[in-house]
Amino acid sequence: MIRFVIRRVVQGIVTLWVIVSLVFVLFFMTNPDPARLLAGKSATLSEVASIRAALGLNHPIWQQYLSYLGRLLSGNLGESYKLHEPVTTLLGQWVQVDISLAVGAGIIWLILGLSVGILAARRPRSVWDRSATVFVLTGLSTPTFILGLLLLYVFFYVLTTHGISIFPGAGNYTPFLTNPAEWARDLILPWLTLALITAATYARLSRSSLLEVLGEDYIRTARAKGLSERRIIYRHALRAAITPIVTQFGIDLATVLGGAIITETVFGLPGLGENVVSAIGREDLPVIQGIVLVAAAFIVVANIVVDAVYAVLDPRVRLS
Amino acid sequence: MSLLSVRDLTVSFPTSDGVVRAVRGLSFDVEAGQTLGIVGETGSGKSVSALSLLGLNPGADISGSAVFEGTELLALRQDQLRRVRGAEIAMIFQDPLSSLHPYYRVGWQICEAIRTHRRTSRAEAMRQAVELLRMVSIPQPERRVSAFPHELSGGMRQRAMIAMALALRPKLLIADEPTTALDATVQAQLMELLGGMQRELGMAMIVITHDLGLVATVADSVLVMYAGRGAERADYRTIFRSPHHPYTRGLLASIPGAAGSGGRLVPIVGQPPSLIRIPSGCAFHPRCPFAMDVCVRDQPPFVPVSGGEGHLSACWLPPDAVGVDAAADVARQRYVEGRRGPAIARLRAAVAGARPGGAVAHG
Repeated sequence: MIRFVIRRVVQGIVTLWVIVSLVFVLFFMTNPDPARLLAGKSATLSEVASIRAALGLNHPIWQQYLSYLGRLLSGNLGESYKLHEPVTTLLGQWVQVDISLAVGAGIIWLILGLSVGILAARRPRSVWDRSATVFVLTGLSTPTFILGLLLLYVFFYVLTTHGISIFPGAGNYTPFLTNPAEWARDLILPWLTLALITAATYARLSRSSLLEVLGEDYIRTARAKGLSERRIIYRHALRAAITPIVTQFGIDLATVLGGAIITETVFGLPGLGENVVSAIGREDLPVIQGIVLVAAAFIVVANIVVDAVYAVLDPRVRLS
Repeated sequence: MSLLSVRDLTVSFPTSDGVVRAVRGLSFDVEAGQTLGIVGETGSGKSVSALSLLGLNPGADISGSAVFEGTELLALRQDQLRRVRGAEIAMIFQDPLSSLHPYYRVGWQICEAIRTHRRTSRAEAMRQAVELLRMVSIPQPERRVSAFPHELSGGMRQRAMIAMALALRPKLLIADEPTTALDATVQAQLMELLGGMQRELGMAMIVITHDLGLVATVADSVLVMYAGRGAERADYRTIFRSPHHPYTRGLLASIPGAAGSGGRLVPIVGQPPSLIRIPSGCAFHPRCPFAMDVCVRDQPPFVPVSGGEGHLSACWLPPDAVGVDAAADVARQRYVEGRRGPAIARLRAAVAGARPGGAVAHG
């Protein structure tokens, strides 16, 4: 187990290094002169030159690359060109929004998706199963921005104009520590937006996984032992069917943690997703780099965690 | 009165290709403390009929009667049937690796079986699980009780499976191809174990297998099945020495080293029939070396023949056409000759047409 974790962590670091280097190359090749960006529109040539010297942009590319890596290793992601704050500080603020978003939405989509999947798998070809199929198809084919806007329209606009203002509109976010109730109220519509769409995947996955397990010989054994149908589904079948769902959950959670661009934009939530879009718009390189790095790190970590959890869930998997 | 009495059991599965008639009017009895061997090829309906007794065939249309200790099993609701499963009638299956839950420890699975039917504390159930593992000769049962199925060998797993099945001292154990997935030496050990357990616990057993040789080691009586029907039934000596049905005769000739085969293995020609389109008359007639016109036309009744007491066979050959030696075969051949007419001619033409240059082979 320990050897497995060490190996995977090393692999993860290599992955992150490759991503960081790609980001560096990409920006070096495509971006306009950072010194000019920083200096502003009215700067003189000599001002631009002095900023260029201060940033070390006169050095050869390999030297710039090495000093870039050196800064990353010491935890220095630079300073935003436009917001004039350290990128790490900004990331720290923004990621809180995504953690809030991911935790709430994750719980909802897991419960919803599993319930629909189990219901459908217990009675294949029944009305329940057909309804589940409709749910899955709707979820898979509805664009996030449509669902988000629809929820905003119904629960914010229509309700509020009828004098029932339960749900806030876009652009509201209260940190959890400031006021947990307000936090949940502000996030419920974004949670539902993310969850309804993602739950469809989980409903489909859990249905097929459960149906496959229900055809296994050990389920027949469980029946032959005289177990109740309930126990067969929840203790025997679900126990085995849950493994692929856990894998999917880890990766999906990490994806949302790295920024839910569309949901955040629709609801005006100041998370990594919304900020990466605006950073790209204003060509704020250090911020873009930072967010890419964080998003990649979430995926890498999630993969390691998922594999470790897999070994805990399935005793046949030996990690070495 | 028999422990289990099955009458006219019929099981079919509706599929998109048509109705699969897996069992067609099967009748047999199992006496308390005795072993019945059910023998047949893949698709002969032997497993399906056993699973149907316990309602373990989802989606099957079942009719007929199966009375177990005065209770009609086929009329029980699922919750009533659950009380019979595992406690009164237990089952073990072909592949012990896939039949045990891969994520739970062997002891846990045995405890679950006990605690489902008896009010037992966890600790007491675990103690019983260790005892059961010891009973089926698993070495170091205290340690093995907390092993996962994949950590045991194939034979060990099947022993654990047997321990679980015997946990509640069932009156009837159904063993569905219990040793097919295991190698020959382990097979012998397990059959010996099953026989020993049966004597010790005084339970009845149904051993389902495609291996007549295996049946010889444990069964008191044997039921040979073909295409969902009983072909022949007798005590195991009669089956081996004086079979009546040509299918049983064919099975015996295909056992390595069996009597009457002259040291050569003689396969039964052809394939088992499709259970959606079952041949007319006797379902075995397309493969039968002794087929007559009547076999194509009419289904033979399951009636007494002269091999011994309780010897039944569903074949149009005369009741005294029993035995495995060459003389018996010659007598069968002579009886058949005058009774082959247009139906057999058409059958031969069809086979020759399907296989150019071929003719109906005589096994």
